[in-house]
Amino acid sequence: MSDTPIDRVAKATPPSVASKIRGLSDRTIAWLFVAPSIFLLLAVNIFPLIWTINLSFTNYKANRPNREVDFIGLRNYERILTDSDIWLTMQATAHFLFWTIFLQVLIGFALAWLINRKFKGNDLWTTLIVLPMMLSPAVVGNFWTFLYQPQIGLFNYAVSFLTGIDPSSFEMIGDVALAPWAIVIVDTWMWTPFVMLICLAGLRSIPDYIYEAAEIDRASKWRQFWTITVPMVLPFLMLAVLFRGIENFKMFDLVVQLTGGGPGSITELTSINLKREAFEKWRTGYASAYAIILFVTVFGLASIYVKALNKVKER
Amino acid sequence: MSGYSITEPSSRQKWVAGTLVIVYAIITLLPLVWIITTGFKSPVDAIAYPPKVVFEPSLEGYVNLFTTRTRIGQEQLEALPPPATWYEEIVRDRDMVIAGPSRYGERFLNSVIIGFGSTFLSVFLGTLAAYAFSRFKVPLKDDLLFFILSTRMMPPIAVAIPIFLMFRKLGLSDTHLGMILLYTAVNISLAVWLLKGFIDEIPREYEEAALIDGYTRFQAFYKVVLPQAATGIASTAIFCLIFSWNEYAFAVLLTSGTAQTAPPFIPTIIGVGGQDWPAVAAGATLFLIPVMVFTILLRKHLLRGITFGAVRK
Repeated sequence: MSDTPIDRVAKATPPSVASKIRGLSDRTIAWLFVAPSIFLLLAVNIFPLIWTINLSFTNYKANRPNREVDFIGLRNYERILTDSDIWLTMQATAHFLFWTIFLQVLIGFALAWLINRKFKGNDLWTTLIVLPMMLSPAVVGNFWTFLYQPQIGLFNYAVSFLTGIDPSSFEMIGDVALAPWAIVIVDTWMWTPFVMLICLAGLRSIPDYIYEAAEIDRASKWRQFWTITVPMVLPFLMLAVLFRGIENFKMFDLVVQLTGGGPGSITELTSINLKREAFEKWRTGYASAYAIILFVTVFGLASIYVKALNKVKER
Repeated sequence: MSGYSITEPSSRQKWVAGTLVIVYAIITLLPLVWIITTGFKSPVDAIAYPPKVVFEPSLEGYVNLFTTRTRIGQEQLEALPPPATWYEEIVRDRDMVIAGPSRYGERFLNSVIIGFGSTFLSVFLGTLAAYAFSRFKVPLKDDLLFFILSTRMMPPIAVAIPIFLMFRKLGLSDTHLGMILLYTAVNISLAVWLLKGFIDEIPREYEEAALIDGYTRFQAFYKVVLPQAATGIASTAIFCLIFSWNEYAFAVLLTSGTAQTAPPFIPTIIGVGGQDWPAVAAGATLFLIPVMVFTILLRKHLLRGITFGAVRK
């Protein structure tokens, strides 16, 4: 016990200070305890956010810090919202979001339902299934480019083994038609366990007596599934969708390593597009406006969604 | 309903469900198994067609991971004294000599320093804040808690623009301190939310008894609450550590040399004509194994960690 960090701090504190702390009211202690965290968040999150808002009204370029900076009002915002390339990026993001969430919910729920059949050893297999989502997306994403290699890649080999298609006849990440699916596949592989775990918690939260009552009422298994299981798991499922939605809207590391946004810009999701504008083209002002628009979008969508979530929970 | 509980699945159902889940698990683990085995393949075996399942294990990937090598001519090679170590021998077989250590060790060490530094700080600050949020009437409590959570919704690239400028001005670019502070700020939201949940579960009566016994609030906090929250603090720490360990977006934008962590480095390991896959796989294996071990240790609290404490089991 004497090893806790607080103990060390307490020992290192001179007695005069310690006696002062002794006299502190709960209110002061509350502020003393909360303030450092809030201060750090203000310095590293809020201050930069305000700075970004500021920059978004200028034509600042971070690679030329000495150039004169002009205030250009809402021109950056205007340019972004009328830029057709950005809409293509948004489309790529929407495709990615829709299909990853759809597949993860489908497979994740099915897996949770199967695991909840309580077969022997289900705990061990659950832990093993969960492993991919805990790993570094950049490192794993990079390795997937190896699995996706035509001819020598394990993925192409597995596909050819199952379907008979020549493994060197298709390129998952080099092909305009396949690349959007290549990133969906890896993201689904990585994050299905996340949805599965949350669904499993939902399924386990349903008390047995509800099913027993339904059985006495002679409700069929199918009917029980749709009138008991699905509505009871729904709030959990929505929470999972919320988390996946926000995370995948921010998606950067995995896809950058997999396709780098290519071929062309077919898998250029918003974060990758933003990175290009900010750190390759160095259009800092423009990118700041872009960042603000993204942030407002996530925040807006998330709060609408949280409201819906609470409604479902109330039922 | 003869003799069995209606909520207990039949043994045939269990068998079918078990088989399907195990098949899924095997498929989903295959890429990970492939990473680990590729690390022990020779470069030729790694890119063989069809992909090799049975192969002669080789440590060449690991040797290449930790060294830089230069190719030398046949005559020079013959003029050299015989290799003194097993790894020199592997390199010589490829007509090369070891030029020096690679940067992998440094990058791995950076990941350790930044990971542990930011974890310690965020858990320390997070525990204090969580205790206050759990036990005291903090004005605007719900707003503050929501604010803390909302910082996590921002896309890292969006935050990175001003941070990049700020770090440049303060001289924090590409430093350990800068990355530790940044990751601490990102992790604090997780730490506060998770720890508040854990501390909420500790009955207030323990502290109240201690306060009556003459303990000050501060003593009650570190002598009564902290030991009770130890498991919660430990699992929160592991979650913070895993986040810092895996983080890529900030690392790739804000570090380039001195403070670069392993995730941006591993994909840049190249050999002759593209990525040196056995070396990449070796680097990835060493980097991923600690997280796999932690995941297994954490399995009871996993759900809580990944949902910011929203779902408890």
